[in-house]
Amino acid sequence: MLEIKNLYKTFNAGTINEKQALKNINLTLNNGDFVSVIGGNGAGKSTLLNAIAGSFKIDEGSIFLDGTDVTNMLEHERAKFLGRVFQDPMRGTAGNMQIEENLALANRRGQKRTLKWQLKQEERNFFKEQLRQLNLGLEDRLETKVGLLSGGQRQALTLLMATMKKPQLLLLDEHTAALDPKTAKIVLDLTVNLVEKNQLTTFMVTHNMKDALRYGNRLIMMNEGEIILDVSGEDKKKLTVNDLLDLFNQTGELNDSMILG
Amino acid sequence: MSIVFALNIGSLFRSFPGNIAQGMIWGIMALGLYISYKLLNFSDLTVDGSLSTGACVTVMLIIAGVPALPAVLIAFLAGCLAGCVTGILHTVLKIAPILSGILTQIALYSINLHILGNKANQALNINEYSLLLSLRNVNMAILVILAFAVVLIGILYWFFGTEIGSSIRATGNNEQMASAQGINTNHTKVIALSLSNGIVALSGGLLAQYQGYADVGLGRGAIVIGLAAIIIGSVLFENIHKKDLNFAVALSSAVVGGILYYIAIGIVLWLKLPTNDMKLFTAILVAIFLSVPHLSFKKGKGVTNARD
Repeated sequence: MLEIKNLYKTFNAGTINEKQALKNINLTLNNGDFVSVIGGNGAGKSTLLNAIAGSFKIDEGSIFLDGTDVTNMLEHERAKFLGRVFQDPMRGTAGNMQIEENLALANRRGQKRTLKWQLKQEERNFFKEQLRQLNLGLEDRLETKVGLLSGGQRQALTLLMATMKKPQLLLLDEHTAALDPKTAKIVLDLTVNLVEKNQLTTFMVTHNMKDALRYGNRLIMMNEGEIILDVSGEDKKKLTVNDLLDLFNQTGELNDSMILG
Repeated sequence: MSIVFALNIGSLFRSFPGNIAQGMIWGIMALGLYISYKLLNFSDLTVDGSLSTGACVTVMLIIAGVPALPAVLIAFLAGCLAGCVTGILHTVLKIAPILSGILTQIALYSINLHILGNKANQALNINEYSLLLSLRNVNMAILVILAFAVVLIGILYWFFGTEIGSSIRATGNNEQMASAQGINTNHTKVIALSLSNGIVALSGGLLAQYQGYADVGLGRGAIVIGLAAIIIGSVLFENIHKKDLNFAVALSSAVVGGILYYIAIGIVLWLKLPTNDMKLFTAILVAIFLSVPHLSFKKGKGVTNARD
C-alpha cells in the first residue's frame, strides 16, 4: 500500500540550523496495516508523515502509494490517496463553513471540481447517515458552522471527512494530543471503529506509548530520523510500556507525556 | 446649533439621490472586494489600479464606437487579467499578498496612462455617446446600477455554491484543509483574484460613465472605500439579524454599506466640513467600524453596547 525507499530529508541544509530529519527510511505498509509510530520530540515521526503527505520535497528516495510513484506529486495531487487528521483540531476543517459544506468538500477529494452546484438533497441524506456513526448528534446540525463545535467534535468530524471517501492510507498526526483525556479516548475509539469498518491502512503518529501498544497491529519507534524498532503481530502484543521505556532510555529520548499519557 | 440651522436641510435631501447612485457603484466595487477580502482572506491592493483600468478601458472603447454594455464587459475582462497577474505574482513567484497587489497596482498606473493615450484623464460626453448611465439622470442611473447589482449578486450566489466556488471559500478559510482535500489552492486563489478584480473594473466602468470621464487617479484609496462599504454593511446587518447572514444577504449588505458610506460623505459635505479632510474622515470611519465587532464582542452583546 505504502512503500518508502531510501528516504532522506535535511532541513536548513548548509546553515547552522541544519537538521537531518530523516535518514535512509525504508518502510513498507501492507494492506490493512494499522501502524502506531512513536518517538521523542524531533525523532522525525511527524516529518515522515508529512513526507508521505507531500508537505515538502524530499531530498532523496522515493514514495509509492498503491503502486503509484508519488515522489514528485504535490500535496493536493496526493490527496486522492490520503485521508489526513492533524494534531490541531482547527486545521482539518473550515471553521467558517457549515458541517455539510465541509463534508461536501471531503466527498470530492481527488475529484475534479466543476461548476456543478455543490450540495444536493441525496448527498445531505448520505452525510446524515455518516454523521450518525459519530454519536455526537451532528446529524441534526448539518447547517451549523464548524467553528461553533468543540475541539473533540471537530476532530471527530475531521476523522469522518478523512475516511468517508475511502483513502488508500489514513494519516493521523497525534490527532488526540490536543484533546482532554476523555475526549481523546472517544476520538481514538472512533478512529478504531472507522478504520475497522472501512478496512483502512493507517499510519498513526502518537506521543502516547499506551495508545501505541493498545491500538494497531504494528508499532514503529523512531529516533533521530531513523526507524529503530519495527514490530508487528504477536511480537507487538507481547511488548510492554517497560520495554519501550528501556529502549527510550538507551536512546536517551524521553518526556513526561509519554509516561503519564 | 446655530450652525445646523444655518444649513439648508432641503439641499441635504436633494443630494441624496446622487449619493445613493455613487454609493451603489462603490457597493458593486465592494462586491468584488468582498471576494478577496472576506472569502479569500487576501488583502488585495490591486483594486486601486483595476478600478481605474475599468474606467479607462470603458471610456476609450465607447469613444472608439463600442456600445456601452460590451465596453463594460470588456472592462470586466481587463480587470480579470489584472487580478490574474496579482494571483500569479503571489502563487507562482511566492510574493507576499499585499506586495503582489501593490506591484500590480503600480504597474497598472502606467498601463492606464497608455490606455488613455498618454493622458491623465479623458472626458466622455453624454451628448455624443450613448451611455448606460449618467449623473444627468440620477434616477435612471440608480435603476441601471441596481440591475447590475442584482444580477451580480445572483451570479456570485450561484458561483460560490458550486464545487469550484466552495473550494475558493475553503482556500480562504483554511488553506491546509483545502490542500488535504485535494484542492489546488494556487488555482483557486488566481480564479478568486481574477473574478474580484473583474468586478472592481466593471464598477470602474460604471463610475466613468456616471461621472462622464475616466481618470488614472480614480481608484486611489478605492480599497478603503470598498472596505468601508463591506464593514458598515456587515456590522449593520449582523446587528439587526443577530445570526449568520445568508450569503446573498451578506453580499447585499456590502452594496447597502456603500450607499450608507456615501450618504455619510454627503452629510459631511453638507456640514461644510473641509473636503481636504475627507480621506482622514474615511480612514477614521473605517477604523471605527473595523474595531466595533471586537469592542462589542468583549461585552458579549450587540454593537450598541460599545458606547456604554
